[in-house]
Amino acid sequence: MNDWPALDDFLRTDPRDVGCDQAMEMLHVYVELVAAGAPAEQQYPGIAAHLRACGPCGEDFEGLLAAVRGEAD
Amino acid sequence: MMPVNRMVDETPVTATGLDPESAWWLRVLAETGPRREAALARLHELLVRVARAEARRRGPRVRITGPELDDLAYQAAADAVMAVTGRLGQFRGESRFTTWACKFAIFEVSAKIGRHFWRHPGVPLDAEDWDRLPDRLGLEPARESEWRQRQVFVAVVLNGVPLDTLVIELGSSRNAIYKMVFDARRKLRAALVAGGYLGHDTQERS
Repeated sequence: MNDWPALDDFLRTDPRDVGCDQAMEMLHVYVELVAAGAPAEQQYPGIAAHLRACGPCGEDFEGLLAAVRGEAD
Repeated sequence: MMPVNRMVDETPVTATGLDPESAWWLRVLAETGPRREAALARLHELLVRVARAEARRRGPRVRITGPELDDLAYQAAADAVMAVTGRLGQFRGESRFTTWACKFAIFEVSAKIGRHFWRHPGVPLDAEDWDRLPDRLGLEPARESEWRQRQVFVAVVLNGVPLDTLVIELGSSRNAIYKMVFDARRKLRAALVAGGYLGHDTQERS
């Protein structure tokens, strides 16, 4: 067992990745789809790819999802 | 007829396409007078709640606790209210109004945590050993922009500097820093594949 697979995973990039600006522009829409159990990843694959790869945007996604779910309680 | 707040009267979304609660928010925030003030207070209350929950969620990892964390949350909520009221015309009704508004509270918490780390860095932001990344791995800086890319990659990946902190340090944007790291990852992987260290398999997306 070595670290090469982990490094390989880290270095892989997804050309569908839309970047931070576009992902954050639509974050509220994406989060509501996820919260509703809708296939957000299929509808917005570029945003899904970005949220998987970008730590800060992924963190914002988790935070907004928690907020929306908390509000719904 | 209620007086209209001229700051937001260009709002393009018509109330008919919205859920009733979102329509209420848009309508009342576009007014002037006591109803708007009450709505602003309610919005502030919501965003304080969201910002506090978010700051607490992230708090343990960024080592911000107690009054400092509460302070950060209140500042984030206040700035988020400003962001929301200043952008009412940009709300397109694609989600509930409150989800859209909460997004700004989350963004403000993110930005303030990045700023906190910038003031109290656990690692140097200007690490001296940029050369730890071997040139043969494909990040040999030939131009100024490539030096910057290398600097950003080392700070984010090797030294663990939060990306939002680097945004402040370099006066850049999250998107621009992410793009630099994205391009560096792609170049580095291509170099490692070319050198036989990593396989060039069919799952490669870059």
